Amino acid sequence: MAAFGSSFDRPLYGRGPSPGLRFVLFALLCLMFMYLDQRGRWTERLRYGLQGLAYPIQWVVNSPSLAWHALGAGFETRGQLRTENEQLRQQQRADEIALLRLKSLEQENQELRGLKAALPALARNWQLAEVISTDPNPLRQRLVINRGANGGAFPNQAVVDSKGVLGQVVRTGPLSSEVLLITDPESGIPVQVLRNGLRTIAVGSGAPNDLLLPYLAVNADIRSGDQLVTSGMGGVYPAGYPVAEVTGISRDDKQLVAQVHARPLAGTGSSRELILLEFEPAHPDAPEKADVASLESQKSAAAARQSAP
Amino acid sequence: MNRERDPLLAIWLTSLSGLVLSIVPLNYWLGLFRPQFAALVVLYWSIMSPRSGGILLGFVCGLMLDVFSGTLLGEHALALSLMAYLGIRLNLLLRAKPLFQQSLFVFAALVIYELVLWAVEGWSGHGLSTPLRWLATLSGTLLWPILVGVLGRMHTEH
Repeated sequence: MAAFGSSFDRPLYGRGPSPGLRFVLFALLCLMFMYLDQRGRWTERLRYGLQGLAYPIQWVVNSPSLAWHALGAGFETRGQLRTENEQLRQQQRADEIALLRLKSLEQENQELRGLKAALPALARNWQLAEVISTDPNPLRQRLVINRGANGGAFPNQAVVDSKGVLGQVVRTGPLSSEVLLITDPESGIPVQVLRNGLRTIAVGSGAPNDLLLPYLAVNADIRSGDQLVTSGMGGVYPAGYPVAEVTGISRDDKQLVAQVHARPLAGTGSSRELILLEFEPAHPDAPEKADVASLESQKSAAAARQSAP
Repeated sequence: MNRERDPLLAIWLTSLSGLVLSIVPLNYWLGLFRPQFAALVVLYWSIMSPRSGGILLGFVCGLMLDVFSGTLLGEHALALSLMAYLGIRLNLLLRAKPLFQQSLFVFAALVIYELVLWAVEGWSGHGLSTPLRWLATLSGTLLWPILVGVLGRMHTEH
């Protein structure tokens, strides 16, 4: 054997257990991780730490595009700035007039409801956040933003931009959070047609600018161009935030449901700056945080009933 | 017979580049064709350097991918460990094969990779069953010969 040289004496796969055994061990570890993560146990903390580790990498990888946008802002000419300034001023004037009207409407609404005391503002707190990266998988519509638990973000927080609803925070790290956009195939947002109050759920299609309304009957009263606003169900958004506009309906008499598409009003594919909202729980229009907890308790109660003989 | 030293540094650096390439922002259509860089790199090193590349490498890369893409913790780790295991098991066989036959194996391996991801997503209730998800398998297979050319330069001396 010595004639063959030393390299042939070594085991082929290095020291330690055989690759088969090692694979089985790692696979078991993975399965344990997945089980715990699905149940939301201590992997939350592990993920929180890993998310903190991943943030610098995500930031560096996306820094060219971030720098490009920063540069673009730096090289705007005087003329561009002036026209933009003019546009913003006009926009503000229009908004002010709309706000005047809103104030009186709010007053009237309060009187109609028979409330004596003034209500607190619905949005108690808001924060700006910047998009750091988008989900590498184009079939999912998620973002990473530069505000985490240290910056006051929390899971199920509502995320909007100036045009409408964008989505919600699903997971927070120390410095960054993941946002599930309303166009993600796993997202469903309870909406209402502004024209007639028809309620349904808008589900993400996975494409950046398309929502589906899969739960409307063929004869449902919905038209192209209808505005969809949040209905206040679901415990994330209060009622009345603009969500989308219906773009296309196809009705097939042989099917039970109509095929309805809608286009999100917020820049789900393009927004770089977004707003995290925090609602005043004392306000009657605020979404009820207790929803999820009560749902859980109902579920466990149902499970207990089923398991009981 | 001089055995080359295992290029440990090259292994971890190229794996990191694979991870970075998997999260570089791309537009929608390019993103659909983004090859599974991390899987390809792990597969390459477990075939070419089964002593030091391997299952631990796959596991670590997969865990990072899970964090980057917000999937269930352990999902990509399981799929990439499996890639590494397949590469190590078949390394002697594959190294002797011409590139075309290697590519066929890589195609099969990437299909398995995607199947594992799909299955885990399905079981955990996050399934995506659009046929678009298989596009990356094709582009990954096409990338293999190029990857062999590029990574080959990192550990063989001419």
